Amino acid sequence: LIYCYRKPKTKRAKRFLEKREPKLNENTKNAMLIKGGNANLTVTEVLKDIYAVKKPFAVLYKRKNITRPFEDQTSLEFFSKKSDCSLFLFGSHNKKRPNNLVIGRMFDYHVLDMIELGVEKFVSLKEIKNSKCPEGTKPMLIFAGDMFDVNEEYRRLKSLLIDFFRGPTVPSIRLAGLEYILHFTAVDGKIYMRSYKVLLKKSGCKIPRIELEEMGPSLDLVMRRTHLASDDLYKLSLKQPKGLKPKKKKNISHDVFGTTYGRIHMQKQDLSKLQTRKMKGLKKRPAEKSAEDGGVTPKKLKSA
Amino acid sequence: MAAVRVEAVLAAAEEQEAEKRRSIAVEKELELEYDLGNLLAVDRNPPPAAALRGAGPRREALLRALARDNTQLLVSRLWELPAERAGGAGGPLVAQLPEPTFRLPREKPPPKPRPPTRWEQFARLKGIRRKKKTSLVWDEQAKEWRRRWGYRRAGGDPSRAWLAEVPAGADPEEDQFARLRREKRERVARNELNRLRNLARAHRAGSAVPAAPLHPTGHQDRDELRHVARVARVSTASLGRFQPRLPKESAEPPSRSGGKKRRFEPLLGNLAAERSRQLELLRDMGKKKPVLDITRAVNKQMRQEEAEAAAANKGKKQSKRGKRGRRQQRPGRSGKKSG
Repeated sequence: LIYCYRKPKTKRAKRFLEKREPKLNENTKNAMLIKGGNANLTVTEVLKDIYAVKKPFAVLYKRKNITRPFEDQTSLEFFSKKSDCSLFLFGSHNKKRPNNLVIGRMFDYHVLDMIELGVEKFVSLKEIKNSKCPEGTKPMLIFAGDMFDVNEEYRRLKSLLIDFFRGPTVPSIRLAGLEYILHFTAVDGKIYMRSYKVLLKKSGCKIPRIELEEMGPSLDLVMRRTHLASDDLYKLSLKQPKGLKPKKKKNISHDVFGTTYGRIHMQKQDLSKLQTRKMKGLKKRPAEKSAEDGGVTPKKLKSA
Repeated sequence: MAAVRVEAVLAAAEEQEAEKRRSIAVEKELELEYDLGNLLAVDRNPPPAAALRGAGPRREALLRALARDNTQLLVSRLWELPAERAGGAGGPLVAQLPEPTFRLPREKPPPKPRPPTRWEQFARLKGIRRKKKTSLVWDEQAKEWRRRWGYRRAGGDPSRAWLAEVPAGADPEEDQFARLRREKRERVARNELNRLRNLARAHRAGSAVPAAPLHPTGHQDRDELRHVARVARVSTASLGRFQPRLPKESAEPPSRSGGKKRRFEPLLGNLAAERSRQLELLRDMGKKKPVLDITRAVNKQMRQEEAEAAAANKGKKQSKRGKRGRRQQRPGRSGKKSG
C-alpha cells in the first residue's frame, strides 16, 4: 500500500489492496480454471470437477478464451493480476493434442511453471454415485512411484500438484474430518489420479482402520510439453523472508528422547573455598547414615 | 468329532480374516516420507508396473489397495500427533499439526522493508515518539464526547464556520475565509508532495540494491533501462560509435571518460610533453632522496592533529551539536587546505 501512487479513497478499496500486496505470511493460493477456444465436453467437465474440489479457493471462468499458453503468456498474466490467482488450469482440445490440460503457477503475476497434461480417461463426480464429502475439506495427498523423485519434470509436477490441491495451511485439524484423499501414482509414463472418501472403521486399538470408497474425479494423465522456470528464478521464488524463521534459543538442546538440555556458563570457582555446609543436597539422609554406621545399635525399642 | 474340528478350523479361519480386516499394520519395503503439516505422504516404492498395465477393474482394485495402504500409514501418523478435545469435554478431537516442511514457491516476492521517511528519520534522531491520542474528545459546546476528526467532529464542521477572526497585524481588507481556504489547499498540496517524494525516495533506494540489471518481474525504472541500453550499445565491435539512435535520444553520448583514474591520453598527441614527462619520471626514480608531495604531507599532518584533538576530547564531555552543528563545522576545516 505504501507503493501506491494513488492512495485509496475508501476503506474498502484499502482493504482490497492490502489483501493483494506481498506479505510475510501469504494468503492461500487461488486457482483460475480457464477454457480455451476449442474446449470439448471432457475438458469442461474436468474443469468443473476440479472447481468443485477447490472451492472456495478457485474461480471458474465461464466463457471460452482464445489463447495459447505455451506461445503467449500475457493474457494469462493479465487474468492472474485481475483476479489475484497464482495457480491456473487451462483446458483445450485439438486434433494434435486431444483433451489437453495446462496446469501452472505464477510468481509475482508472471508464469513460473507450466506443465501440459493429456487426459486419457476421466470419470467425473457425477458418474460415481455415492455420497461426497463437504466442500472445502482439506485433502490428504499421497504420491506413489519413484518417478516423482527420479525425473526432474515429475518432481516439478509433484510440487505443482501439491501447491494446487493443498488448500489453506491450518495449525490444527479435526481428526474425524480427515475425509478426502487424492492419490497420485506415476507408472509407465502415466499418472493416475484417484480421489477417495475415507471411512474410519473400528480396529483393535486407538488408530482406526481405513477403508476407501471411490468418490471424486479420477484422471489418467500423460505428460506432454513443459515450460519450467529456470533454476535461479525458481530459487528466487522459494526464498522465504527472515521474519518467518523461528528464532533459535541459544544454549538449549534436545536429545532423541525428548529431554531438554540447557547449558550454563560459569566463571572459574575456587573449589577449596566453597561453603559445603550450606548445601542441603550434600547432607546425608538418615537412610545413608544408618547404612554407613552399620554395626551401631538402633535406639532402644519401647517395650509394650 | 471331525465335525467339531472342522467347525473349529473354520471359526479360527474366520477370526483370522476378521483380524486382518481390522488390522492397521501395513508392510512396505521403503518407509514413506511424511509432511504432516501439508497432510502429505510420499511413497518411493516402485509400484507393480506389470500388474497396472492391464486396463479395467483389476487396475482400479490394485490402485485402490495401494491407496488404502498408504492412507492407513498416513492416518496412523496423524493420529499419533498430540491431540486434545476442542471446546470442552464433549468437543471433537483436534490434533495439532506441525509446520509444513515441503518447500513450495511463494506467490509474490517477500515485502521489502521500506526506508524511513524524512519525518521518521528526524523523529528517530530527536527521540520523538508517537503519542497515543484518544479517539474521542470532549466537546465543551455540545457537552458530549465527539470524535477527534471526521463526521460530527469536536470543533464543529469547519466548512460551516461563520466567523473568522482577523489576526493581529494582518491586512483588514483581506478576505479571511479565502485565506483559510487557500492555506488548507496549500497544506494538502504540501502533504501530497512530501508523500510522493518519500515514495520516490523509497523506490529509488529499493532499485539501487538488486544486482541483476534486468529484474525478472519486468518492473524496471528509467535509470535501469538507460544503463542497460547504454551497455547494449557499447557491446558492439566498434564500441557503439556507429549505432543508429532513436529520434528522441540524445545525439552525443555522455562523456566516456570513466572517472579520474581511467582517463588516457591520445596515442599520437603532444610528443614534446610526453618526452618531458618520461624524463621527469626517470629522474625521480633515480633520485636518492624521496620526493616530497606537499599536498599529501599537509593532509597527513592535519589528520594527525585531528586524531590528537579527538583523543583529548574523549575525556571531556562531548557537546551534542546535532546535525546542524557538525555540518557547519566541516566547511571551516576544509578551508585550511593548501593547494
